[in-house]
Amino acid sequence: MIRFILLQNRQGKTRLAKYYVPLEDSEKHKVEYEVHRLVVNRDPKFTNFVEFRTHKIIYRRYAGLFFSMCVDITDNELAYLECIHLFVEILDHFFSNVCELDLVFNYHKVYLILDEFILAGELQETSKKAIIERMGELEKQE
Amino acid sequence: MDRNLDPSIVAERMQEPNIFRKDELEVVGQRTPKNKHLPDAFGLRAPPPAPRPWRGGSSSSSSTAPSLVDSLFQRSLDDLIKSLRSQPASAEPVLLSRALAEIRREIRSPDPDTKAVALQKLTYLSSIHGLDASWAAFHALELLPSPSPLHKRLAYLAASLSFHPSTTDVLPLSTHQLRKDLSPSSPPPFSSLALHLLSLSASPDLARHLASDLIPLLSPRASSTITNTKNNNNNSSPLRPKAAAAALRALSLCPDAVPLLFKPLVDCLSSPVPRIVSTAVGAFAELVSTTDPAPYLPLAPEFYRLLTDSRNNWVLIKLLKIFARLAPLEPRLAARLVDPLCDLLRRSSAQSLVFECVRTIFSGFPDHDHALRLAVDKVKEFLANDDDPNLRYLGLRALTMIGPRNSWAVEESRDSVIRSLADPDPDPNIRREALRLIMGMVFDTNVVEISVMLVNYAMKSDPVFANEILDAVLTTCGRNVYELIVDFDWYVSLLGEMVRNPHCAKGEEIERQLVDIGLRVRDARPELVRVARDLLIDPALLGNPLLCRILSAAAWVSGEYVEFSRNRLELVEALLQPRTSLLPPLVRAVYIQAVFKVLAFCFNSYIDQPEASQVSSLGNSTTGLGLTIECNAAAANCLSDDITGMESADGIASLLSSIEKKDPFFTCEYLSHILYLIETAVGPLSENADVEVQERARNVLGLIHMLKEIPVWKTEEEGFKKDKDNRIGKIMNLMRALFSEELGPVSVNAQKRVPVPEGLVLKENLADLAMILTEGDIAPSMSISFSLRSHQHMEIKDEAMPSVQSTSLLAEHRKRHGLYYLSAEKDDTESNDFPHALDPLLPGSHSDATEDLVKLTEQSLIPRKVKPTKPRPIVLKLDEGDGVSTSTSTTVKESKDDLLSGAIHDVLLGNEGKPSSSQKRSSNKSSGRRVKEVSDNSESVSQSKENLDLGDRENRSSRRSKHRSHDKERHRSSQNNEEKEEKSHRNSTRSSHHHERQKHRQRGEAPLNVVPQAPVIQDLLL
Repeated sequence: MIRFILLQNRQGKTRLAKYYVPLEDSEKHKVEYEVHRLVVNRDPKFTNFVEFRTHKIIYRRYAGLFFSMCVDITDNELAYLECIHLFVEILDHFFSNVCELDLVFNYHKVYLILDEFILAGELQETSKKAIIERMGELEKQE
Repeated sequence: MDRNLDPSIVAERMQEPNIFRKDELEVVGQRTPKNKHLPDAFGLRAPPPAPRPWRGGSSSSSSTAPSLVDSLFQRSLDDLIKSLRSQPASAEPVLLSRALAEIRREIRSPDPDTKAVALQKLTYLSSIHGLDASWAAFHALELLPSPSPLHKRLAYLAASLSFHPSTTDVLPLSTHQLRKDLSPSSPPPFSSLALHLLSLSASPDLARHLASDLIPLLSPRASSTITNTKNNNNNSSPLRPKAAAAALRALSLCPDAVPLLFKPLVDCLSSPVPRIVSTAVGAFAELVSTTDPAPYLPLAPEFYRLLTDSRNNWVLIKLLKIFARLAPLEPRLAARLVDPLCDLLRRSSAQSLVFECVRTIFSGFPDHDHALRLAVDKVKEFLANDDDPNLRYLGLRALTMIGPRNSWAVEESRDSVIRSLADPDPDPNIRREALRLIMGMVFDTNVVEISVMLVNYAMKSDPVFANEILDAVLTTCGRNVYELIVDFDWYVSLLGEMVRNPHCAKGEEIERQLVDIGLRVRDARPELVRVARDLLIDPALLGNPLLCRILSAAAWVSGEYVEFSRNRLELVEALLQPRTSLLPPLVRAVYIQAVFKVLAFCFNSYIDQPEASQVSSLGNSTTGLGLTIECNAAAANCLSDDITGMESADGIASLLSSIEKKDPFFTCEYLSHILYLIETAVGPLSENADVEVQERARNVLGLIHMLKEIPVWKTEEEGFKKDKDNRIGKIMNLMRALFSEELGPVSVNAQKRVPVPEGLVLKENLADLAMILTEGDIAPSMSISFSLRSHQHMEIKDEAMPSVQSTSLLAEHRKRHGLYYLSAEKDDTESNDFPHALDPLLPGSHSDATEDLVKLTEQSLIPRKVKPTKPRPIVLKLDEGDGVSTSTSTTVKESKDDLLSGAIHDVLLGNEGKPSSSQKRSSNKSSGRRVKEVSDNSESVSQSKENLDLGDRENRSSRRSKHRSHDKERHRSSQNNEEKEEKSHRNSTRSSHHHERQKHRQRGEAPLNVVPQAPVIQDLLL
């Protein structure tokens, strides 16, 4: 199960944070700080997995943005790594060549995409096409 | 505010700031998003103010309520973001607080648009800038019932991000709105939003209240009717998978919901829509992995069908996770699974799936050689992947799972493992796994080579990894009371070698092992004393606070086993060297106590000398070892027998020769020199600030004074000897008796065997103690710093003493042990410059070191049958529990898990009717399909056999369960009873929502009841 998803830039500013386990605000800030410190200094040649408390972080860096996912220790690392990539592809497709500022100004839509993608810490949809289609539908409604 | 303001002017004014900000942004050179109009297109921004209805002056008259101006000139989210971005970071706090004040005002507006925008801004600020949004929970609730999809979405987003199940007190207020949005009559996007909120922020109460509302969404018919009416797209009913995920959360939050939700969830597994199956499998994987897997065994045929049918990697991975948990419970499952697993391994190109197969095989099916072989080959491919550290890491991870029984697999990939460790720029993860694997390959035949290699390698690695290596070596060698160690002399010197590592921070463990080996392994004591001497004599080590605990152990060892020391004078000098003032007081106390023991031993040996020379018998040599003179002959014989029994003959001989060698040292001058040395060094300590040090110092000084008061001491040797039976002899006998009894290891269970004295209540609550010990009272601290005299006085003395004496002492010490001092007047704490006793590879080029490493391990990792050169000495063990790490730690399950799995157990095993029928229905269907599709129908045959097997088990376990022992024949009638029971149960628990609930349930369960249940099939199953 995915515990939380974080999008952070290199300076440690959170661009998106979605928690699938209830955490207090102070705990959330602590987690964000710790995760950033864990991933930011890792060499690109290193693995994309870091142990974090009793869980593990699967992260991937795209330009200046770190996409980090906290999953259970028994979960499949490679599958979630692919999952991150899929999410980035969807964002990229949706915003056509996504950059950090798109996420800043359209943060609610990023949440919307994420909600179509993952629900309750479980992957909902593995098809990029289906998510893009559904987003189109949602946009049409308004 | 002028009410007659022209709306067009207002509109113009509204435009202005936006244009201005845009210009500003471009000047600053920041990038604006490409689709600037998106927020408007998306409808998230407040609509233009002109069409907004005028509300009159009521809202503007009050000073706290938002005025019309606020509504008119409200900043949109984009404006807020731009203003935040255009300012330097230092101005951010001011801007944020201003924005927050603005939001606080706007959010109370009766106008839903204003409220929505305010809420949107707050959500942004809380999720990106970390502002607290919990205060606005009620406002989010206010907006939930809004008919506008836009407002609703904003409200749900705000709620899902800020609501916390246990701290949001308005959460119960959302129950009604959630139920309304979940109902099949509301549009699917609304239900979808409600499901999201439910899965993120639900409290157990909320989950309990809304569980029944999930049923219609979970059932295939209901969701298809919704999608038919709204979407005309039957295949992609978006709600059912979402409902499945929400149901999972509801189940884990409140196990009471199991009877309601479990069956619809099981039915999702047989849905033709892949997305629904995928979510359902994910939900079951989560349930199986977090709770007791046993109740899910009856679903195994269903999972098996999916495993052979599905082509979705994600689903397959989740299925493998489920089977990895189920396989240990049902041995027959493994045989069934091996073939499809191997199939997947060969066929799949997805590394994630391949890795999952490997992991499942390694952890679940270690007995199937064929599958194991295939998996090991895949792992080798992973490890050979030089450009992908992820795969190499996972390959190593997989190897650690393989277990000691199949160590040949690790052996085969030995080179890759070593390479990973010696990688010049390795990921810490990879290195750690490699280290773990290498330690797993250690046997008693190669422990020496591997440990030496690793300890040497630790010298060159970075501090963190060096300590990881040391830790690994210490734990491996110390496992099960040193079961791997044959040559303790070697191991003890290795411990000494570890101390030489400049990064060594494993003081505590090394200390423990040094003392422990001293207590347990009699034969290792001479070497232990030698290693301790090397450590004590080195002044450089004293400055390192990480090592003081090791030095404490070294001091204790050399004091306790002083009889093995070659040169007591040197030992006393080392224990009293000036730099010991750097040690913490407790360690210093150990040092002084060691001096005391040495002193006592020297005098004893001096007194016993003539006897030893006259009768060179074994009994006397043992008295030389510190045994009491009082013990009678029989006891002495007994003991000496004991020793001969334990030690080899040459051990005794060397012991004797060493004692003989030492004997000439004990002359009168020698003793008086030691006395002088101790007196000058310990004297100042009798007024040390620390009470422990002070007490020990006074003990030593007291003994010396006592000895000096005896006039005989000053006479010639002859006279002294004549006086032996007098006071000096008596004193020394007393001292000897003090230290003669050998200290031994204490069993872990020793405390348990001590009977609790009468009248002692151990379990009494000590909460009162906190009240008594309020601040300023005696804190129960460990450092005892009070002394008999006033502190001021002490401090002056303390400072004065070392300054007078230490310079001369230091100079003397330097003269004597020049080797350990640096030539220049540099800081002594630099510990890099002393020679390493066992390290042949001093900083060479890195590549050399790596090659050496590979070479070394190539030889050493092959488990060889080498005949040990000397027999393993006896290691004292006390009882079963002593030191042996009991790996069978029973996991304490949470009560909730028990409840959940218990409930599922009841549903699946006790109440066989529905799930088994759905199971059978689907598996029957699938097997039929397979017969058509696959020419070779052996699989389906085997599957039906499996059904039989599992059915058997099901039946047995259901018979075992006390509450629900049904007969096969009366099965269906009992099922009806169950239903009634269920109904009544639910009615009793939730009487308040009686009518509505019943309606829902009927709707929800109707399709289930329609399912035809062929009795023939059921018999086959059972």
